[in-house]
Amino acid sequence: MTENPKKPGPIAEMLAPVAGFGVTFANLFRPVVTEQYPFEKVPTKPRYHGRHQLNRYPDGLEKCIGCELCAWACPADAIYVEGGDNADLPEGAHVSPGERYGRVYQINYLRCIFCGLCIEACPTRALTMTNDYELAGPTREGMIFEKDDLLAPLREGMLAGPHPMVEGTEDLEYYRGEITGPTQAQVDWVRERRPDDASLDAAAKATVAAPDANGGTR
Amino acid sequence: MTTTTDSQTPVAVDPNLVTVTIDGIETAVPKGTLIIRAAEEIGIAIPRFCDHPLLKPVGACRQCLVDVAMPDREGNVRPMPKPQPSCAMEVSPGMVVHTQKTSAVAAKAQHGVMELLLINHPLDCPTCDKGGECPLQNQALSDGRATSRFTDVKRTFAKPLKISTQILLDRERCILCQRCTRFSKEIAGDQFIDLQKRGASQQIGRFDEDVLGFAPLGDATVGPAAEDESGRAFASYWSGNTVQICPVGALTSAAYRFRSRPFDLVSTEAVAEHDANGSAIRIDHRRGTVMRRLAGDDPVVNEEWISDKDRFAFHWQTAPDRLTHPLVRDRAEDGTRGELRTASWAEALEVAATALAAARDAGGVGVLPGGRLTIEDAYAYGKLARTALGTNDIDHRARPASAEEESFLGHAVAGHGIDVTFGDLEKAPAVLLVGFEPEEEGGIVFLRLRKGTQAGRTRVWSLAPFATRGLERLDGTLVPTAPGLESEVVDALATGTDEPSLAALREALGAQGALVLVGERLASVPGSLSAVLRLTAATGARLAWIPRRIGERAGVEMGTLPGLLPGGRPVSDAAARVDIAAAWDVTELPTAPGRDTDGILAALAARELRGVVVGGVELGDLTDPVAARAALEAADVVVSLEVRASEVTDLADVVLPVAPPAEKSGSYLNWEGRVRAFRQALESHALPDHRVLDELARHLGTDLGARDGNVLRKEIDQLGAWDGERVAAPATEAVAPAAVAPGTAVLASWHLQLDAGRGQDGEPFLAGTARKAVARLSAATAEAAGVADGGVLRVSTGAGRIELPAVVTDMPDHVVWLPTNSPGSAVRAALGVLPGAVVQITAGTVTTTEEA
Ligand code: SF4
Ligand code: SF4
Ligand code: SF4
Ligand code: FES
Repeated sequence: MTENPKKPGPIAEMLAPVAGFGVTFANLFRPVVTEQYPFEKVPTKPRYHGRHQLNRYPDGLEKCIGCELCAWACPADAIYVEGGDNADLPEGAHVSPGERYGRVYQINYLRCIFCGLCIEACPTRALTMTNDYELAGPTREGMIFEKDDLLAPLREGMLAGPHPMVEGTEDLEYYRGEITGPTQAQVDWVRERRPDDASLDAAAKATVAAPDANGGTR
Repeated sequence: MTTTTDSQTPVAVDPNLVTVTIDGIETAVPKGTLIIRAAEEIGIAIPRFCDHPLLKPVGACRQCLVDVAMPDREGNVRPMPKPQPSCAMEVSPGMVVHTQKTSAVAAKAQHGVMELLLINHPLDCPTCDKGGECPLQNQALSDGRATSRFTDVKRTFAKPLKISTQILLDRERCILCQRCTRFSKEIAGDQFIDLQKRGASQQIGRFDEDVLGFAPLGDATVGPAAEDESGRAFASYWSGNTVQICPVGALTSAAYRFRSRPFDLVSTEAVAEHDANGSAIRIDHRRGTVMRRLAGDDPVVNEEWISDKDRFAFHWQTAPDRLTHPLVRDRAEDGTRGELRTASWAEALEVAATALAAARDAGGVGVLPGGRLTIEDAYAYGKLARTALGTNDIDHRARPASAEEESFLGHAVAGHGIDVTFGDLEKAPAVLLVGFEPEEEGGIVFLRLRKGTQAGRTRVWSLAPFATRGLERLDGTLVPTAPGLESEVVDALATGTDEPSLAALREALGAQGALVLVGERLASVPGSLSAVLRLTAATGARLAWIPRRIGERAGVEMGTLPGLLPGGRPVSDAAARVDIAAAWDVTELPTAPGRDTDGILAALAARELRGVVVGGVELGDLTDPVAARAALEAADVVVSLEVRASEVTDLADVVLPVAPPAEKSGSYLNWEGRVRAFRQALESHALPDHRVLDELARHLGTDLGARDGNVLRKEIDQLGAWDGERVAAPATEAVAPAAVAPGTAVLASWHLQLDAGRGQDGEPFLAGTARKAVARLSAATAEAAGVADGGVLRVSTGAGRIELPAVVTDMPDHVVWLPTNSPGSAVRAALGVLPGAVVQITAGTVTTTEEA
């Protein structure tokens, strides 16, 4: 071995024991990166894979049709779905547009690995992921989220289901995004059967006209 | 192939074999093989939809197109100008076939067909019940284009269309393969749906004016649809099979609608419990709940078909009245019954054993195991009765039965092994049905007979009061016979007669392979079974006894009849008793003649017997339900082994819950005598009957050795059939038919396949496809009773009455037919009589039509 060409000078050698503190001191004046969770909640990146959500159409009907494709796609077997038939509901009510709805919907967050394959599988965009990452709890049962825990809250103007589909429409109109809000007929239907429904007043103010039955598609 | 003794000569080519080349592979297949089958045999899969091995080829879907070349007259192999459907074309010598694997033309043709099929297809797989097990989905992936070039508007239909309460039709998804209509036409003979309309609006459907878009033709021109008392012209007992063979989700069942996906189902091969055939089924369950049952594939029994009852009726096993814990009833000092209370197994068994021992010593205990048991369970019942209870008072026949029938069974059925088979049914040149209605009482037997008649091999005759729709679909010949006169007609056949139609029948029965099929109903016609034995002896025809229940044959073979020990050994034969006593390791078996079902009940009522062990018995099925109830009330102790609470539970002192078929393993014995073993489908704590009986016997101080079903089966196999003298043939005299006074008629009756039986509980969709209960009588009889066709007929006896809509039928006068146990027509409970009895008939009140 040859001699080290950069042999420190005597002054440097003298300061060496405290040189490390330079880093420390320099950082004392930099901004703090420690997150003060849970006192301060820092937003995640926008596409962070957090807790799932079951979305709704603007008239308040659920998007999920209980097809079980998410359960099928799930590599961790975290999702359990049972379908139901809208035709079995009384008086023409629907939980979701079309024939089928998700009667039972559970996600087991002790199994979910947040891969997002279920989101890709969902044919109706019913299932998406929120940025909510606060998924801890004291019991195993509590970590199995039911449909009620996962359903998106009603936005202002949405009418709580079950109620009939927008008059003169089929599921296709819903899929195409032609439904923009509840109609007067839907509001009246709910008012007659559930006069105390909390979503009624806001929905009544937000009613829209049913889309034109566009010829031919159905 | 023929083998030659001379090793020098090359192996001679079987003249029935045809050599073809498929995708460059040379293969020899029997003449008449379809190209698609020949390809399958060498492992080349050609996509297909309409092709089904059990249906005739049609070439409807064109998905199986392949390139075919054949040698011309000079022997030059010439390609056919266009691709050919491989499912509809038979191989010919020297044929050269190129499938999609080696021919671009075939591949392109298949792609084209797939694209065409998908043009109007809704592709709503996420809602579709077939999604995940759909041949269209699968083959669109494997042999279709990745993207659609279709940009137009799809044709749509309202969905789903209810063909019956059970069967739903989604016409958008239908690919017009016609498997469903071909099944209905060729196999079931129930043409309840057909192709209608043309072009893009061509669709499957039933005759529905709304769909077909024309006004109903007036009543005058449309006669009543044949056998259409259900109000639904197209209800079929076999409709579920169309759902299973539909290659898309066009036909689905209401019962399974949106219930689950194939990936969450766990499948178990099983055996159906609803009739004596023991059809192979597949039970699909999800997390411990049975979701559906499908037909299994068993070529020797049910081929690939099952009845709707076997397919859809399974909720009875988990009905809310299912018994889950042992129950014990405390009695007051004076014997009045208290309430049933839940008890531990140890306590319930102890209470049962103590009371049974006391009853045994005080007079005796009878055993009524019921007719739905597995081999193992029946054997354990028999062993319990003859060892721990020391009695021959055991009879599994929970229905009208007779001593004549018992001798008949001991003589001609027990220990005979497999004699007449399903295969024989479809090959028999002549089949005579006596007291047996194949479609209503025989299930798959009907389909096999129909296969024979459709192929022109088989002719069917039936001794019955009228030609049912089932008999018509068998192109059968009716020998009009009033109930009770069966023995007379059979005897006339046996001794020879001048009557030309009977003489022809007698001659037909002399042919090689001719069959006589008798049903359990003959037990209530004195002399008929004796006459049947004389007939088969005189003509040489073979005989098969086809009961309704799955456990009947097992009971006969396992010795749950008073006069029979296992393997057809007569109780009256000392050698047979010694045989069994040795096998069971007891010093001797009881010798006193046993009582049959009615005898046991009468003895209980007379307090000669003091206790009874009852298996799966519905009191309403017995000859006299009222007397049966009184008999159980009189007993000191009633021990009931049941799956669900029943009328017996209300009278039982100890109730021991047992497992339904899905929750146990075991083996049924079908009417052929074929062992139909099945595995346990669901995890369960419920115990099979034989284990409960083993415990009960242990508490009585006897070891039945019946803990383990496999051990039991070995013991049974070791016993084998009896090689000694059989029970003597019965020679019971016929009873002269009762005189029919004006205003009365002779009752005829049998069970419909779908009726008020408790095995069909909890199945509203299935119940909707049942035939409506009606009363049948001839025009003259109806007129004499003052009832018009469609009016309400009242049939009454001293015990009660039944009112049903009357249907005038071509049948002997002074006979009235009622379904035995249909809604509004519980003959035994309401009238307290059996077929052959004289009943009063009058016009009924109109108000009760609705209930019927
Ligand atoms: S969330 Fe989507 S994929 Fe899952 S069942 Fe509902 S519709 Fe189907
Ligand atoms: S029939 Fe098959 S391809 Fe068609 S919607 Fe149903 S699952 Fe999809
Ligand atoms: S309903 Fe099903 S089985 Fe019948 S023709 Fe259509 S696709 Fe074929
Ligand atoms: S399978 Fe050959 S034409 Fe349908």
